[in-house]
Amino acid sequence: MSDVVERTLTALPSLLSSDPSPGRPSSTSKLGTLIRGITELTSKHDEEKLIQRELVSIKEQVSSPNTTMRQMKELMVRAVYCEMLGYEASFSYIHAIKLAQQGTALDKRVGYLAVSLFLNESHELLLLLVNTVLKDLQSTNLIEVCMALTVVGQVFPKDMIPAILPMVEEKLNHPKEIIRRKAVLALYKFYLIAPNQVQHIHSKFRKALCDKDPGVMSASLHIYLEMVTEKPESYKDLVVSFVTILKQVVGGKLPIDFNYHSVPAPWLQIQLLRILSLLGKNDRSTSEMMYEVLDESLRRAEMNHNITYGLKALTYVVQQDANLALQHQMTIIECLDHADLIIKRETLELLFRITNGQNVKVIVEKLLEFLRHSKDDYVTIDLGGKVTELAEKYAPDNSWFIRTMNTVFLLVGDQMQPDIPNSFLRLLSEGFESAEEDQQLRLLAVDSYVSLLQEQPARLPQRFLQVISWVLGEYSSVKEGLEPATVLRLLAPLLDLRHCSSETKSWVLAAMTKLSAGPACLSVAQELAERHGGSLDTTLRQRLHELQHLASDGELLRRVLPCSDGLEPLEVDSTLSFLDGFVSEALAAGAAPYKPPHQRQEELAQEKALSVEPYGLSLPLSLSSSSIAGRLSPTVLSMSSGLSGNSTELSPKGGSALRLEGVTRVWGKEGYLAKAALKPEEAAKTEVPCPLSVLQEGGSAPRTPVVSLPAPAPGPSLQAEREKQQLASCLFMGLGSQGAAGPCLMGKAEPTRHGFRKKVKGQGSSSGARGPSGDSASSSPSPLSAQSAMDNLLCSSPLDSGSTPSPADSAPSPADSAPSPADSATSPADPAPHLPHDLPANNRPCDAQEDLTEDTDTSETVVEGNSVAVVDPYDPEPLCLSPHLPEELCGLPRSEIRPLCRDASLVLSACCVRTDHSSLLVVFVSNASDSAARRFALQMTSGDLEVSRVRGGPEEEEEHVEGHSVAVYQYSLVPTRPSVHMELAGRASYQRPDGEPQSTPFSYGLSLPDFIRPLSVSTEEYGRLWLASSNDIKQNLALLSQEPDPLRATLHRLRDRLQLNVVDIIASEGIVACQLLQGPPCLMHCRLNAGCLAVWLRSSLPELPDCLLYHCQRALAQH
Amino acid sequence: MINAILIFNNHGKPRLIRFYQYFAEELQQQIIRETFHLVSKRDDNVCNFLEGGSLIGGSDYKLIYRHYATLYFVFCVDSSESELGILDLIQVFVETLDKCFENVCELDLIFHMDKVHYILQEVVMGGMVLETNMNEIVAQVELQNRMEKSEGGLSAAPARAVSAVKNMNLPEMPRNINIGDLNIKVPSLSPF
Repeated sequence: MSDVVERTLTALPSLLSSDPSPGRPSSTSKLGTLIRGITELTSKHDEEKLIQRELVSIKEQVSSPNTTMRQMKELMVRAVYCEMLGYEASFSYIHAIKLAQQGTALDKRVGYLAVSLFLNESHELLLLLVNTVLKDLQSTNLIEVCMALTVVGQVFPKDMIPAILPMVEEKLNHPKEIIRRKAVLALYKFYLIAPNQVQHIHSKFRKALCDKDPGVMSASLHIYLEMVTEKPESYKDLVVSFVTILKQVVGGKLPIDFNYHSVPAPWLQIQLLRILSLLGKNDRSTSEMMYEVLDESLRRAEMNHNITYGLKALTYVVQQDANLALQHQMTIIECLDHADLIIKRETLELLFRITNGQNVKVIVEKLLEFLRHSKDDYVTIDLGGKVTELAEKYAPDNSWFIRTMNTVFLLVGDQMQPDIPNSFLRLLSEGFESAEEDQQLRLLAVDSYVSLLQEQPARLPQRFLQVISWVLGEYSSVKEGLEPATVLRLLAPLLDLRHCSSETKSWVLAAMTKLSAGPACLSVAQELAERHGGSLDTTLRQRLHELQHLASDGELLRRVLPCSDGLEPLEVDSTLSFLDGFVSEALAAGAAPYKPPHQRQEELAQEKALSVEPYGLSLPLSLSSSSIAGRLSPTVLSMSSGLSGNSTELSPKGGSALRLEGVTRVWGKEGYLAKAALKPEEAAKTEVPCPLSVLQEGGSAPRTPVVSLPAPAPGPSLQAEREKQQLASCLFMGLGSQGAAGPCLMGKAEPTRHGFRKKVKGQGSSSGARGPSGDSASSSPSPLSAQSAMDNLLCSSPLDSGSTPSPADSAPSPADSAPSPADSATSPADPAPHLPHDLPANNRPCDAQEDLTEDTDTSETVVEGNSVAVVDPYDPEPLCLSPHLPEELCGLPRSEIRPLCRDASLVLSACCVRTDHSSLLVVFVSNASDSAARRFALQMTSGDLEVSRVRGGPEEEEEHVEGHSVAVYQYSLVPTRPSVHMELAGRASYQRPDGEPQSTPFSYGLSLPDFIRPLSVSTEEYGRLWLASSNDIKQNLALLSQEPDPLRATLHRLRDRLQLNVVDIIASEGIVACQLLQGPPCLMHCRLNAGCLAVWLRSSLPELPDCLLYHCQRALAQH
Repeated sequence: MINAILIFNNHGKPRLIRFYQYFAEELQQQIIRETFHLVSKRDDNVCNFLEGGSLIGGSDYKLIYRHYATLYFVFCVDSSESELGILDLIQVFVETLDKCFENVCELDLIFHMDKVHYILQEVVMGGMVLETNMNEIVAQVELQNRMEKSEGGLSAAPARAVSAVKNMNLPEMPRNINIGDLNIKVPSLSPF
């Protein structure tokens, strides 16, 4: 190729000499010379030299005042070329911007192109472009507008979006399609980078969806796809429109231009199908609206022949109907041997989906084979997880399971997802229904690990070593004739391995500690202590010390690590009452009383005025050494026991530490969590399968050997064919109709085929002192749950009981995190979104408007079904409710009383009252009927707010609202995280006089200003706070310029509308402070700048400035 | 969203590079090299989609490419894009180039890098597919060309030069990019 180019280029100058003006340097020859120069060179080094020379010459020329615009354009293209080859030409950036600013339309085009190639969104030079873009957006030249919109879509500083937003919005109504299309995409880009900024134009997106130009409509689908992905339930009303559009596309109603190789607008179809699939997910009624058109599209779509795509499709389809895979089995076999790895992987993915109890062996074998040769980390991790899942689900027998897991541990190594070893250990410890099976499984594991350690322990990955040590420590007693000392001797060499991490060593030592009974062990322990006693690792030294201590004292060992069957839960006194005597003694002796950690933090913060947050946690750590040193004040003691949990939090997340996610948490902040943790498991237990029946079923089915010896082969090709067929019969076993009764497929697994998964033994399952899951200190180096007991032992504290609870301050356990109220709960009473009724009905591709109106009807009928009428928000009636406002709330700022919902007898209205320290939602329940509404109750939930009942009435469950009266309920609202708008969903339920229970949903929208309070600080304090806050944004706001003192007027407007405190106004600058209710402050610095108000917001909460800014803009926009 | 569009020749020389997501210059070159390395090893009859690369976006990242004579057209996209859609989009882009340059070849891309960028801007804007209708794209490009012609002058020279070069008799030179049989949607089919 290069010589072709070369020859071409030698021919160039002669051609160019025919240039109309030969006297001037030809622009092409320069780029041509450069390209020719590069192709002539042989080494990368030469190329670099040449380009550097070139760049120097470009630099000279661009900064010379004599360079014409035309030359500038050519120089810019050369600079772009150099950048493409990877050489920085940053000096030209500013010139690219100049070119875009000053030149004619054509110069601008080069300038804009260079800018969009050179700069990224956060580059500061881009600010210089804002005015140019503004100017070009207003230009009458279509091409200039197009260029401006393009550059806005490619690179535009996020902070400057508000400056051009109105202009871009305006372009949505432009008569030219291309402009509208680009404007829609630019807005989509804004939506992606700053969703808050474009919230108010959602209705315009709807208009774009109904545009008469298919191009504009399809551009708007980008936005809808994004928005529907985020929040499908808000766009259900558009399903009909999307279906209509798709119907027309599929029906070939679009202009012929949109056909691509005789398929009507395939991109549009893909986009629409994706949106529909999101909308129809888990929603039968919505899905039903689509079936017809989906069927039609499917029918018209040509069968596609690209294998990967076919496989992908098959993979998805198979989830619904496994028999489909049967029809293609030979193809799938072919693909397994395909040279292309990508196709192979897709095939394995498919196989993974069709695995059942009968074909699991073959399929896992295939997966492992691929795993052996895989070099890609991502693939390895992914496949490792899949094999584990299959093995746990469908394992035909114990020894196969252990063997498979060993292979996975070996092959995947330390990249493995941490939950794999965890769930494996959990499986071993919790066992199944039959104790016999459990013992067999453990025995097999111990057997295989002993032999692995005898062979080449140095090769084993860390994770595997940890698993091995734990299993041996726990279960080596299962194997008869295996002396603990033998196991100790097997484990001891692991400590000498160089690649063995200190975490693994801790696991090994913990295992050894569990086994260290008898004189033989003592000698091993002493030997170890001698060899490693000088280790720099303190944890290691401590473990060694414990080991030595416990090995010499068998009595103590039995008490600390009781050798029960490991399944009785420990009785734990979480209040530590047995220490009461000790504490009172210490207090009497003058010790300081215990303070909880948060209190200590606070005090510490007060003592030193410095921010101690980053170092705060080091406090308990530094004390830990003193606790071991034997100072016996109760404060220190309880701290040190809390420490076992605390220290884990300090370790970096996602490190190599073993995380016990997915493992039952027995220890939590409150101590032993048995009850809470067991609840979900009990639920799971109801469908726990009997492993025996599984095995029998599997056993009775015809089983073909995996790789059978072929019968006398007639010919090699035939034989290969036969092997394939045999493989096929193995792989697809149990998939056909006869198998349909038994096997389960991914996604709709029958509970009776669970294999190993989720088998939980009754109450005591979450193992006691010796269980791996017992230790909530998940990444703590010690897998021993009795760790704190040992800590205390070393302090030789007088203990009443052998085991001490460790009130670990670990991360909230899964049981703690109660399902948060779904913020997506939209109630049917929610007034239907306002639809663009005023749209012109001339749009052909989209009868959306009709459909939309139709849809409002349906929403109303649905609502009536619930016997709730949609309340007109402008109904004046509820206004007379204000006298019912509680006395103490009168005179406080509040929002208007808005109706929430109503039914035959009750009307609910609400308003939000702002007190200094809280925001109250006051709900008025007016009963207009003659009879009382009995057992009236209100429930409210919100994703963004914490709702708690304040007062009113004695007990919640037994409240009546008498006829012709108004009951008032108050709820305190605290935002959990700031957002621009917050939604509260609730439900009022009561009994009608006839005893019929009645329930009415409602929702109430709040906005951030409801939770903003002025923050009064002095200017000095403000300065300190300013430096302490980190998250900041800058933005230009509109100024109320017609006022005599614009800055003051603007700030006062903000103060009045948003409850901000204007701290100080100095000349052209002003500082403003506010505070989120029960949250951090937000500071705002304003400065007059070129007719705008340049504001700079800071807060310790990242979302707060963004949201507040939005409301500032709103407040200044309204007049 | 499309993260990057890379066009390079059989030797890995970049011919057009367009990133829609910010990467440092160093990383850009690394991505180009890695992509070339991945793509060039593959036979013409294997699948056009690649997954699981590590540089742009990790597992949520796909490479979709087509190989035309001396050039590779590679689109790096995230999971929100359809593979087949992008594969066809490449075809649309190349067919558009073919229309705009009349028998497009690698030289056109070298000497008219800026023009190719302008055409691309009408197809993909800021990483989002703007237009798939070929006639519409060509119309937009022509609109701009007309403006250019009205300015006239020197800028017309390079086009003349290159078309003259094209008509020279260069035996080994690939005359034009083979866009393949247009009736077949995906030229690199494997027999099913």
